[in-house]
Amino acid sequence: MNLLDQVTPARAAPTEVRRSTLLRFITCGSVDDGKSTLIGRLLYETGSLADDQLAALAADSRKAGREAGDLDYSLLLDGLAAEREQGITIDVAYRYFATRRRKYIIADTPGHEQYTRNMATGASTADAAVILVDARKGILPQTRRHGYIAALLGIRHVVLAVNKMDLVDYAEPAFAAVRDAFEVFARGIGIESVAAIPTSATKGDNVASPGPNTRWYRGPTLLDWLETVEVEDLARAAPFRFPVQWVNRPDAGFRGFAGMVASGSVRPGQRLRALPSGREATLARIVAAGGDLPEAVSGQSVTLTFDEEIDVSRGDLISSIERPAGVSDQFEAHLVWMGDQPMLPGRPYLFRFGTATLAGSISHLKHRVALETLEHVAARTLALNEIGVCTVILDRRVAFDRYAENRETGGFIVIDRMTNQTVGAGMIHFALRRAQNIAWQATSVDRSARATIKQQAPCVLWFTGLSGAGKSTIANLVESRLLALGRHSYLLDGDNVRHGLNKDLGFTPADRVENIRRVAEVARLMADAGLIVLVAFISPFRAERRLARDLVGTGEFFEIFVDTPLAVAEGRDPKGLYKRARRGEIANFTGIDSPYEPPEAPELRIDTVALTPAGAAERIVEMLRAAGKLGEH
Amino acid sequence: MLALSDLQRLEAESIHILREVAAEAARPVLMYSIGKDSSALLHLAIKAFHPAPMPFPLLHIDTGWKFREMIAFRDATAARLGLDLRVYTNPEGVRLGINPFTHGSEVHTDVMKTQALKQALDANRFDFVVGGARRDEEKSRAKERIFSFRSSTHHWDPKDQRPELWRLYNLRIGKGESIRVFPLSNWTEIDVWRYIRQEKIPVVPLYFAKERPIVERDGALIMVDDARMPLARGERPRMRRVRFRTLGCYPLTGAVESDAGSVDAIIAELENSHASERTGRVIDHDGAASMERKKREGYF
Repeated sequence: MNLLDQVTPARAAPTEVRRSTLLRFITCGSVDDGKSTLIGRLLYETGSLADDQLAALAADSRKAGREAGDLDYSLLLDGLAAEREQGITIDVAYRYFATRRRKYIIADTPGHEQYTRNMATGASTADAAVILVDARKGILPQTRRHGYIAALLGIRHVVLAVNKMDLVDYAEPAFAAVRDAFEVFARGIGIESVAAIPTSATKGDNVASPGPNTRWYRGPTLLDWLETVEVEDLARAAPFRFPVQWVNRPDAGFRGFAGMVASGSVRPGQRLRALPSGREATLARIVAAGGDLPEAVSGQSVTLTFDEEIDVSRGDLISSIERPAGVSDQFEAHLVWMGDQPMLPGRPYLFRFGTATLAGSISHLKHRVALETLEHVAARTLALNEIGVCTVILDRRVAFDRYAENRETGGFIVIDRMTNQTVGAGMIHFALRRAQNIAWQATSVDRSARATIKQQAPCVLWFTGLSGAGKSTIANLVESRLLALGRHSYLLDGDNVRHGLNKDLGFTPADRVENIRRVAEVARLMADAGLIVLVAFISPFRAERRLARDLVGTGEFFEIFVDTPLAVAEGRDPKGLYKRARRGEIANFTGIDSPYEPPEAPELRIDTVALTPAGAAERIVEMLRAAGKLGEH
Repeated sequence: MLALSDLQRLEAESIHILREVAAEAARPVLMYSIGKDSSALLHLAIKAFHPAPMPFPLLHIDTGWKFREMIAFRDATAARLGLDLRVYTNPEGVRLGINPFTHGSEVHTDVMKTQALKQALDANRFDFVVGGARRDEEKSRAKERIFSFRSSTHHWDPKDQRPELWRLYNLRIGKGESIRVFPLSNWTEIDVWRYIRQEKIPVVPLYFAKERPIVERDGALIMVDDARMPLARGERPRMRRVRFRTLGCYPLTGAVESDAGSVDAIIAELENSHASERTGRVIDHDGAASMERKKREGYF
């Protein structure tokens, strides 16, 4: 192909685009569908490539082994060295071009299976999707996956570019077969508008100008479609939503709430509601740098002030009163998993909803979606690039909308607490009413009453350490000492609990998390009953101990690290477990073939090499006394 | 109901990003490089927090080789707007007399820009570092996030970036780590000029065409800005009518021949231009993938 010879590009470069609209679209296709060539062709024919870029591209193409004049557009788009070396696209790239009518932002998303997360990222802000298929191959599982993710992320306008028509002799039946198959599929997954266009990115047919080889086709070119697709402003039509980003308080005389209008519009004088608190106030001013505005609409960054003092801060959502956002702490949601480590139900994660960041966990995975067939598959975890439906439980209530009704307030991201990586993205289906149906039963005898009668302050002593470190031995001694002091306690021992409450659980990572979650819940109930609870569990993972700490609450949770070197613990081997693990008879044994993550900041560290068990118990009782847990004055 | 123009949308997005920084950062800073993008960014940052003052200081990494008009403009701007401007130069580089002529553009840029930047960020423990880079400038930048994570050694790992969905940015960092923030990510060169026209933002006069003393070096039109520029025997600067599309260190920044003496004329010129913005930047051509490599090492 030699574009420079064949085409006289329409260098009708954009004259002034004063009030143009913006269209964001994604392009998706498999590796060899010709996506980069198609984008390159669009950029070229809209006059968006500079001469030096073309010259550099020609030189790079020669270096990559192409013949003179044969331009490899992927070199233009694949910006990272690793991408050019491996000949693949790793990451979403954003490209910009403009015509007289519109300004375009292309999110070019890679076609590789392992990069589903990139497509979801690009799709989350796109108005439209261009899906490429190779006319010779037709609809592939890959195509279905692209269509499904586009629909899942709320893209309503999809155009199917049936590419490489030149390789099927521009035969109409070949095109029609692909088009019809895709339309059936698209309707099934709820995509509203689908167009199909026969293209040849290498020859240029129907990309920016009608092809001489497809006289049987009377529809728009790809560029025509992009120029004219009606992207109704859904955010504008939705009820007013304003996530508060930042409180602007330069002096005592001004207190405004800065943010971007996520949806709808608002005028001064309107009564609004702050969520989740539910407090209401009347909008006084819409402050902007150029002077106050009479109206603010979705997409504008403004600062709102109210006619009365209202307690609002970052994370709150200011909402219309007539059609307010929902408030809940439990949701069912679609989840796209993006972490290298699999999603574990019960493990604590952080969740970002709007401007709020909350702690919580994914309590239950309803099913995984098999992307090739779109079937629902039973699963306990989600691996990288897998999609499923799950239940999210947060530590407090948050304002939200259903994703289908509002993309801006219905999506959330999941953050790993240890690595700070973004590991998932979710789309809310609905709030689970369970939180409201099972109202917290307020009891007339409360925890402080129960504790007072026992003359102690309840707490949880969490013993962690290797098998054979001495956790149970020390915990037993502590409990004896507490009994002698007339205190009420209970010891939860790992082995004992596994014989009863948790006998249905194995030793997979997901089961280990559930094991710890149940024990932490039981410990919390016992503390609520006024007891001093001793928990002796290996609990090798920081994240799980963090979960227990969060459940119990800081101030009542004492992490006691029973620190024994592996060699010492293995030498003691009171139950003969290390020997069996070494022989390969026990899998996932902590210290042997499963890691132990030592606590970073335990309340107490017991060095069992330096200290006898009795000495250790004495230290722990001293710690409780110093913390005022023994009710002595 | 009023429809937002594309410039209004870009402005609103940038303001949203700047406010996220103010809400989450412990020690934010705005990198001020004096060019048109920095001027637009500074204007946006002032608008974002109105009526409160902009809640971050400005940092300029001065290599000692900037155009004199840039430095004058910088100081005038800081004084006019009452800004907390901090200027940093790598003292080690000064001691060694690092300069683009004897040490070459690569060493000069590394020592006086990349290393200097890292020193200044470390010394001040800045955690959110806002800059005016745009994705349309260069193809490795096209792959960069709006909130771009940096390790405690300022390393960028392009293959391990946090996905950015909707407007839900993940702003969490550990001790010593930082985030580079690019509020102008989705702007193009012509968007910046249209915004400068719309908002009447002052820019360095070097952007406008004028007769300037020029020598030609490897095809680049280099302005002789001061007496430190070594001239070959018999080489004489010639007065040529030029302007600059981007501004950096004067020995490393090529001018373009132009008659564009106003913002309107610049926009008209860009609409008909077939050359890309950074063609005049000598350092972009230091070997293949040179921008990506510099960025990985900590360059902005």
